[in-house]
Amino acid sequence: MKAVCWEGTDNITVERVPDPAIMNPRDVIVRVSSTAICGSDLHLMDGFIPTMKAGDILGHEFMGEVVDIGRSVSNLRKGDRVIVPCAIACGHCYFCRNEMWAVCDNANPHAAISEKVYGYPAGALFGYSHMMGGYAGGQAEFVRVPYADVGPFKVPDHLSDEQVLFLTDTFTTGYMAAENCNIRPGDTIAVWGCGPVGQFAIRSAFLLGAWRVIAIDAVPERLQMAAEAGAETLDSMNDDVFDRLKTMTGGLGPDACIDAVGMEAHGAHIDYWYDKAKTALRLATDRATAVRQAIHCCRKGGIVSIPGVYGGFIDKVPMGAAFSKGLTLKLGQTHVHKYLSRLLRHIENGDIDPSFVVTHREPLEQAPRMYRTFRDKQDGCVKVVLKPH
Amino acid sequence: MAAGTPKWATWLPMVAAGAVAAYAITKRQGPPRPTQHGTGVIADRDSDTRRRLGGLAGIHVEEAVTVSRPPSEVFRFWRNFENLPRFMNHLRAVSQREAGISHWVARGPAGMNVEWDARIINEIDGRLIAWQSLEGSEVSTAGSVNFRETPRGTEVRVHLQYSPPAGRLGAAVARLLGEEPTVQIHDDLRRFKQLIETGEIPTTKGQPVGGRR
Repeated sequence: MKAVCWEGTDNITVERVPDPAIMNPRDVIVRVSSTAICGSDLHLMDGFIPTMKAGDILGHEFMGEVVDIGRSVSNLRKGDRVIVPCAIACGHCYFCRNEMWAVCDNANPHAAISEKVYGYPAGALFGYSHMMGGYAGGQAEFVRVPYADVGPFKVPDHLSDEQVLFLTDTFTTGYMAAENCNIRPGDTIAVWGCGPVGQFAIRSAFLLGAWRVIAIDAVPERLQMAAEAGAETLDSMNDDVFDRLKTMTGGLGPDACIDAVGMEAHGAHIDYWYDKAKTALRLATDRATAVRQAIHCCRKGGIVSIPGVYGGFIDKVPMGAAFSKGLTLKLGQTHVHKYLSRLLRHIENGDIDPSFVVTHREPLEQAPRMYRTFRDKQDGCVKVVLKPH
Repeated sequence: MAAGTPKWATWLPMVAAGAVAAYAITKRQGPPRPTQHGTGVIADRDSDTRRRLGGLAGIHVEEAVTVSRPPSEVFRFWRNFENLPRFMNHLRAVSQREAGISHWVARGPAGMNVEWDARIINEIDGRLIAWQSLEGSEVSTAGSVNFRETPRGTEVRVHLQYSPPAGRLGAAVARLLGEEPTVQIHDDLRRFKQLIETGEIPTTKGQPVGGRR
């Protein structure tokens, strides 16, 4: 089959590889109908995520048709149309049973790596480094899906691929980021980053009852997309974000701040160049402009919600501001399974049509070019959907 | 373990049988240190035991894992020693010989097998299993596993011990658990947890990869 492979930093290829096969009793094989490039895939492309190996198949946002079924899977049939959560979760450990699916204790075959780095076994993701399980991803014609009796989620035929595909990660991640803000009537939410996750965080914040959402980015078409959802916008390169946020909120500051940027932030301030130099010298692993601003700008007693991905160490975190304001920090990979029914209902009710975010539709072969287009924010690119067949 | 039962009591039978003779050497000499789950008092008892039985070379490993299954089920799974090689990588096979006696085959270096017979020296239903190699075996080994119900599931605490004999077999026994015995058993217990909680051990071996690797 054809698959999108990581061959090194800035080296994404499409290759012929063997088809996947059932390896464990709870596996299924899915024939991929649509797969998306996630902003977090760009961290892989740019070499920010350790423990990638040449030849790894990428992709953790995908859906399709079940074509082969392991002997322990009784809830799926061949031909079922499913979306597959990006987080791989066993469904039986303490964490899965308490809806912390993304930190499943059992799914990661290479748990020893993350135990060394993070102290405990990390969860597992499709196509996202060996530390995160080393599972082949879904930017391919076919993909093996473990624990298929608890992961894949059947979607109704009357909804298009683009309406349900982002349940796998992007929509769900934006939604969890907003939910983590504990939004109450009258709340103002500030969102750093108007990429796909930021866009869904903005819309989810409104779904959850936010009074105002203020969107922060430097890319005009992304700010435009945020404005279409009803957000007020700030240009992070030209506006003084802190001053503007404070003024816009009548001196109070936003009730919650969402960092939908993560480890490869860009910024106009000195700390961006500081991070850039330190990561280049391998003295730090992540650039943290967005999270620093979010902590600095958040109102007293507020919440900083971080769906943006961080992998290692950051410094110059304004811990004093966080402490003196009594902030709450909420972060982590998305517990996708927990939200699927709820978000599918929102889609079916017409509360949101996630296909708004798609700007590019291309055959799988175009992946290398589309990774660059997406990373470099060329051609108005916000979200790329690839078609393997 | 029931409230009020001191921790050492459950593996004392092994001690009485001389099974942990090697503890002294593998643990550094010096002032007693608390064990990872223990109190000062218990550490002192361990230390006494080690001093009394000290002097022999060997490997002693203690590791624990908590699994989301009831103690009775976890006990039954362990009590069937034939299950152990499914998650303990250094074991090739364990088979039942006769009542209470089992035959163990472990993977030695260079493809050689290391074999011995063991008998159960203590068993408390749902709480403890302890075994020891028969006297006169080429390999002197013992193990125990405790099961304790906690609010988070069943805590499984394993003690495993090998005292290598002299000679070539001794070298093989000494390397049964590799360079880092604690890491080996830790990984084994992770596989055990995966197996009993999910019915399978996760793997990516043999999955498709790009051709340039």
